[in-house]
Amino acid sequence: MNRDFIIYSVTLAIILILYFLVPKPINFSPTVSSLIIALIGLALLYILFRTIMRQYVGRRVVFLFVGIAVVLPFFMNVKQPIRVSPEVQTVYDWVAQLERGSKILVSFDYDPASAPELQPMAESFFRLCLERDLKIIIMGLWPQGPQQAELALQIALQDPSVVAKNLRRHVDYVNLGFQTGNEFVIQRMGTSFKSMFTRDVSGIPYDSIPLLKDVSNFSNIDYSFNLSAGYPGTVEWVQVAVDRYGLKMGTGNTGVQATGMYPYLRSGQLKGLLGGLSGAAEFEKATNKVGTATFYMLPQSFSHVIVIAFIFIGNVAYFLGEKRKKGKE
Amino acid sequence: MQLFGIWVAAFFTLGIISFLYRDNPWYKLCESIFVGISAGYWFVTLFFDNILGLFWAGLSRENPNYMLLVGGVLGIMMILRLAPKIGWISRWPLAFVVGATAGFYLINYFSSNVMLQVSSTLMPLFSTRFSQPVFSASAYDTIGNIVIAAGTFTGLVYFFFSREHKGVFGGVAKVGIWTIMITFGASFGYTVMSRMSLLIGRMEFIFKDWLGLIR
Repeated sequence: MNRDFIIYSVTLAIILILYFLVPKPINFSPTVSSLIIALIGLALLYILFRTIMRQYVGRRVVFLFVGIAVVLPFFMNVKQPIRVSPEVQTVYDWVAQLERGSKILVSFDYDPASAPELQPMAESFFRLCLERDLKIIIMGLWPQGPQQAELALQIALQDPSVVAKNLRRHVDYVNLGFQTGNEFVIQRMGTSFKSMFTRDVSGIPYDSIPLLKDVSNFSNIDYSFNLSAGYPGTVEWVQVAVDRYGLKMGTGNTGVQATGMYPYLRSGQLKGLLGGLSGAAEFEKATNKVGTATFYMLPQSFSHVIVIAFIFIGNVAYFLGEKRKKGKE
Repeated sequence: MQLFGIWVAAFFTLGIISFLYRDNPWYKLCESIFVGISAGYWFVTLFFDNILGLFWAGLSRENPNYMLLVGGVLGIMMILRLAPKIGWISRWPLAFVVGATAGFYLINYFSSNVMLQVSSTLMPLFSTRFSQPVFSASAYDTIGNIVIAAGTFTGLVYFFFSREHKGVFGGVAKVGIWTIMITFGASFGYTVMSRMSLLIGRMEFIFKDWLGLIR
């Protein structure tokens, strides 16, 4: 109990020092950044050495290292090269080749829990569409999806290249909101959007929205983009809207889902894929606008190095243990 | 008000993260509040969107859609599960849901996940389409085609248990298990990235929005 009390007190003291005493913002010079990286590397080598000597570290040490690897890069001045993969380039090319005024359906099938991965994709995608004078129709199969869409839309609308266009809701973009029913909503939209979305989020009837004047079903949509974090999501869109109604669709998925989407990409059912945070960062690179995903990629890479290092250390511990067992036998 | 929201979010974020040290009352409080709010949010959302937005609105309009009553009755039958003596009635709507969903998926899955995937696996090795001349594909596509064809074949061989995995057959099965393991590895890598992204998002909130240490 005493030990717990000490740990909580120290944590609280660190937070208070960071909040009140540390000058803001913190920014490490490249030399300090290199020094910190070297120190972390040395600490990992020390843990490896201890492991070889059969003095194993606890799980909390691993958590601490992952935490350090995630936090410290926020303050570092290190640039990481990002290469645009073909599947990300395909999404960009599809949007880029659309004519002005083309209609794009964007379905937000995620909630705030997946926002760190998917929100940067949404912001970049909206920005690209609005810059190119494409009309955006937003909807969601997850209750909080349309709210996430509004947040992304506000950021895209504040971009200097978009502000000048003086875009208007219901004319250049519309948010139809959330509808329950999962894949059955997609099925019904195949024949009539209006049957599922009688009004938009602000309560305007479907027929009174200028942007939706000539939109009755998927045949009036030029390209679709789905941001998905699970069920219902990309799989359902592919099975119903793409395969049954011929919708052209690209997707942005959480990393967990991404590997499951590659078969759809190869078969041509999907026209482009942004997989996880790296996909979002690549899309920012493709659109030439540095955003949140690019900023997140350095902590991401650092944490991956730490995970790989601990997998290696864990394997060393495992094989040493096996050797010891065999020796005893 | 925004500052208060940030402090509340920081309190809950740190509370959840405190579990990494050990289970504690702070974590339990945050977890219980999260579960309670989630349940309440879903109830309110489904009530307003389903019962009021679809069911009631559909019945109270000029040309009422009486088919909605069927769904309404099935819904009430489902709730009867809460009454032990007549709980068996809830099996009927459940059977309807299972049957309808199975019927819906039978066609969709077979078309999207079987036929189209099989046809995209049955590709020529040295050209992108059967209609194109042999050796017209780039080296990248050719290697990709060979990997997919070999990976699919060896993976299927691994799951063929009617014959002992020995000799050439065993060797092919071993390649199959390697293919499957590499696939799992790729999936694991993406999962690590996904989980780290969530942690990065929370840490950015703590150090940028709350503590203001990041520009």
